[in-house]
Amino acid sequence: MNWQAFFAMGGYAFYVWTAYGVTLLVLVANIMIPVVQRKQFLRRQALKLTRSAGAAKHHRSRQTENTEEI
Amino acid sequence: MPWLLLVFVLLTAAGLYGGLYLAPPDYQQGDSYRIIYIHVPSAWMSLFIYVVMAAAGAIGLVWRIKLAEIVAISSAPIGAGFTFIALVTGSLWGKPMWGTWWVWDARLTSELILLFLYLGVIGLYGAIDDKRTASRAVAILALVGVVNIPIIHYSVEWWNTLHQGATVTKLDKPSIHVSMLIPLLLMALSFKFYYLIALLQRARIELLLRERNAQWVKNMISLGEKR
Repeated sequence: MNWQAFFAMGGYAFYVWTAYGVTLLVLVANIMIPVVQRKQFLRRQALKLTRSAGAAKHHRSRQTENTEEI
Repeated sequence: MPWLLLVFVLLTAAGLYGGLYLAPPDYQQGDSYRIIYIHVPSAWMSLFIYVVMAAAGAIGLVWRIKLAEIVAISSAPIGAGFTFIALVTGSLWGKPMWGTWWVWDARLTSELILLFLYLGVIGLYGAIDDKRTASRAVAILALVGVVNIPIIHYSVEWWNTLHQGATVTKLDKPSIHVSMLIPLLLMALSFKFYYLIALLQRARIELLLRERNAQWVKNMISLGEKR
């Protein structure tokens, strides 16, 4: 197969390949955006969960300290 | 998911091989017509996804099914993407063939309105904090916009337009040669699979965002922590 002729697209290379390039870009973006969003969400929620778990533990230990004092 | 991706890749490879390499150049348009293999399937998808979105919206509206609401809103950005592709590739095809990037004729204008409808749906959904209320508002907007779908489809018959008439979706035999038709149908099918893949990805994050305070999401996240 003659690659040069293939890429030249009979003189319409700019139009044809720009069209295909834009399509590829939009299609990839529409898959990647939700994937990245999910990863960010999971990271954020995990951080929140460990923080609240840590806070609860802290709270509990303070409570036991207080009861011991009494 | 992996097998969906596999089917999509195979269909796209076959469609592009057939369309860009095997199919002969058009006797009038030379090689520029090869834009058809993304332009037409994208335009079909832009209409198809809109109908799915409106139908899912209606189901959510009537039966209050959360999954239908999620399918509806998750479809919007994908549909907007295909509408954008149809417009841009059409423009890139119009310049060498019609001598202009854009004309305000019925087909092009109604497709542009479709893009605005999609963007309206996305914007409206984002503007309302309560996502169940947002889903209802979006469903009504989507249903009103359905009127645009037959207008787009029949625009090339109802009005004089630069845009050519249908060559595939008509009742008598398609007026396109089979060597050009097969890759076109392969690409149309491949875009359907793409929609399914993109929809699942969108729906996943949408569901997580909506249910972030639910116990099953918390369990899933704490399980992921330990792993």
